[in-house]
Amino acid sequence: MDPIVLFFVLGLVAGLARSDLRLPGPIYEFLSVILLLAIGLKGGVELAQQSLAALLPQMIAVVIMGSLLPLAAYPVLRFAGRLSRVDSAAIAAHYGSVSVGTYAVAVAWLVSRDISYEEHMPLLLVMLEVPAIVVGIMLARGAAAGTDWKRLGHEVFLGKSIVLLIGGLLIGWAAGPEALEPVSNLFFGLFHGVLALFLLEMGLVAAGQVGSLRRHGLFLVAFGVLFPLFGAVVGGVLGLLLGLSPGGIMLLATLAASASYIAVPAALRLALPEANPTLSLTASLGVTFPFNILVGIPLYMRLAESLHSIGG
Amino acid sequence: MHTEARTLITIVTEAALERRITDDLKRLGAHGYTISEARGEGSRGVRSAGWEATSNIRVEVICDAATAEAIAMHLRAHYYDHYAMILFMSEVGVLRPEKF
Repeated sequence: MDPIVLFFVLGLVAGLARSDLRLPGPIYEFLSVILLLAIGLKGGVELAQQSLAALLPQMIAVVIMGSLLPLAAYPVLRFAGRLSRVDSAAIAAHYGSVSVGTYAVAVAWLVSRDISYEEHMPLLLVMLEVPAIVVGIMLARGAAAGTDWKRLGHEVFLGKSIVLLIGGLLIGWAAGPEALEPVSNLFFGLFHGVLALFLLEMGLVAAGQVGSLRRHGLFLVAFGVLFPLFGAVVGGVLGLLLGLSPGGIMLLATLAASASYIAVPAALRLALPEANPTLSLTASLGVTFPFNILVGIPLYMRLAESLHSIGG
Repeated sequence: MHTEARTLITIVTEAALERRITDDLKRLGAHGYTISEARGEGSRGVRSAGWEATSNIRVEVICDAATAEAIAMHLRAHYYDHYAMILFMSEVGVLRPEKF
């Protein structure tokens, strides 16, 4: 198991054992700022060497995927899980969107094994953040009813994860690799260390969901494991159709399998106040995030390799 | 020392609401507010402030009694049903009533 994953396990165990270990909120904020900027910068540097027009088909394809995944999740939650309309829509939105933390672990996994991947992937990550939020709100409210889209748009697009990812992409794109050299120690050199600390905190947070997991039971656990597997297949096949390398297919599968816990909860807390945030966070943080980190990522690599050998 | 009576409203709620509540406060006539980070436990579980979704804030506003009532009514109508929020008021003495 990778050392960074062991940090996650440490956080999980410490949290479950009710240790008094906790990272102060500002530290967590700081770590996530570095991770988001580092991922954005890395993608931006790569974008400087490619034409955006050539990437347009991929961008459109992932936006469609991000809009369709919640539509697939919703009926399962509504009818198999017997959840209310609003709660089903909210959870569906989480699963259509992506987790930057999971992506970062998947990238670290590839890097430590010298597996190459398409470095413009952060661009696709950004494109996947938002569509599911819109679809989730429409599932909960219907297309017409009174959502203040202008205000919501402001809150979603100026949420920190989107600002930092897009900001990083733009800075990386404008500066190029040489000009970034002076800051690269912080953002790239320390990436794995920062990720390890971030995962320690995520382990503590995930452990905190266990209580509500007990209350909300088996369905959420099953959904939190099975839907990501379905998503991974969708993402993997799409990656294959887009002609990505095995590393790229694996990352797109991971993105499709992951569930948001930053951008979507923040947006939905304001847009769908009556949705119970405990349900979606229990599923996405208590089940899916640990599953993807501990089991999913190596599995998605195997999926990517078999897809690639079938297709290629 | 002579002090004037004003009302101190203290609101403890989810950090996600910060922008909306400060907009509301200004619109309803508050001249200022103080926000600090907070954590604790209540009917909606532990608010540990470990990361965004469990962060709480404590908002304090000093204003005249009429404004205080307007703020309390507004927050009760708009946020009590779906958000972790408590609100309480107390009488305080201030030295410069024109500030509040």
